[in-house]
Amino acid sequence: MREIDVKIIEEKIAGMCIEANHFLDDDLKDCMASHLAAETSPIAREMLESIQKNIEIAEEGVFPLCQDTGMACVFLEVGQDVHLIGGSIEDAVNEGVRRGYGDGYLRKSIVRDPLDRVNTGDNTPAYIHYEIVPGDKVKITVAPKGFGSENMSRIKMFPPAAGAEGVKDFVVETASIAGANPCPPIVVGVGIGGTFDKAALMAKKALLKPLNKPNESEFYSEMESEILERINKLGIGPQGFGGRTTALAVNIITAPTHIAGLPVAVNVNCHVSRHKTAVI
Amino acid sequence: MAIRISEPFTQDAFKDLRAGDSVLLTGTVYTARDAAHKRIVEMLDRGEETPFEISNSIIYYVGPTPAKPGRPIGSAGPTTSYRMDAYAPRLLDLGQLAMIGKGQRSDEVMDAVVRNGAVYFAAIGGAAALMAGCVKSAEVIAFDDLGAEAVRKLYVEDLPVTVVLDSAGGNLYKEGQQAYLESAAK
Repeated sequence: MREIDVKIIEEKIAGMCIEANHFLDDDLKDCMASHLAAETSPIAREMLESIQKNIEIAEEGVFPLCQDTGMACVFLEVGQDVHLIGGSIEDAVNEGVRRGYGDGYLRKSIVRDPLDRVNTGDNTPAYIHYEIVPGDKVKITVAPKGFGSENMSRIKMFPPAAGAEGVKDFVVETASIAGANPCPPIVVGVGIGGTFDKAALMAKKALLKPLNKPNESEFYSEMESEILERINKLGIGPQGFGGRTTALAVNIITAPTHIAGLPVAVNVNCHVSRHKTAVI
Repeated sequence: MAIRISEPFTQDAFKDLRAGDSVLLTGTVYTARDAAHKRIVEMLDRGEETPFEISNSIIYYVGPTPAKPGRPIGSAGPTTSYRMDAYAPRLLDLGQLAMIGKGQRSDEVMDAVVRNGAVYFAAIGGAAALMAGCVKSAEVIAFDDLGAEAVRKLYVEDLPVTVVLDSAGGNLYKEGQQAYLESAAK
């Protein structure tokens, strides 16, 4: 049994909140560059170039990529041979978020109750998802999620007869309805199968996948390409001003489901698709 | 080429702008998101004085990140505008000149833009670090308890915005998409 002090996790999360809000991964930057190369609309090119410039400015470390520094979504994969010591893991995660958002001058965007809407003042609580996995390590992913795009996400419980066409149409329709609201170009995470809640979680996890790797399944890899192509024929374009580049990528995660159901969730992210991972 | 507009802001400078025009704004703009809009409208209902003069004002829908020491402001990109749709027509009818945000608006807002010769600008969503550099000063003038959502008086220099809704009923979100689809079909 390996012992890990939750203080180490807290420390790590504080740094990752700041890092994720200033530095995007290379897969996203490469993806942006290849879409810019294929973009023909002048106003769309101008917007993509401004977005690239924004990424460069944020990398100087003074200004976060976006003023919506997000709800801190924290995914913990805890090895079953790990013994967490030194206090509550939930408290440690929240303390890490509190410190990261405070020390990093990040925006505090969380309200304590969905209806009374009083700001908690420190961006806690985080949304935490735990998973028990084999091994003696802890894998931490911090994904600050902005709500301009989160608000454009959708879920639907289809009858199985809807099939692949029903799924594809729903994802494309989601991008179409979202239009300019989620700050296109968007990244699209799709969860298919499972239960109502599992589908939504898979859609969120799909946003964490690399943008430059095809789906492990050939069938779903082709579906991702087809959906991306259809979304980029809508003409919405960067910022909704018209153009080819409405979405940068579509990633799908699936799970077994019930004989009677076909849950489909679409989690929309903007071009500031932030996530950092560390293993302890 | 971008059109430069500097204060004092008057309707004359805005009424001839058309959807798709690029504009660089220099002058005073006020920040307000939905929580601040709600309070402003409640103040109007009670006949109280608003935190700033609505007439001839430009409101930027933004909740910036906290300013680091020595900086006037943190990152400052637009928030999604439809959340202000319930309040915007009333303020436009009181003479508000322009709104800066991002995303689609309701028919009521579009009508109010035309009725009042106003304009709805989009700033670049998610390019908040880029726009922070345009903000030269910032001061909280009301609703400090709202934190990021407080009303701030900003002085901006060459803030890059694009006309989405204009006083002639133009709508860049419709026209831009349509123009791209037509050019792609050729």
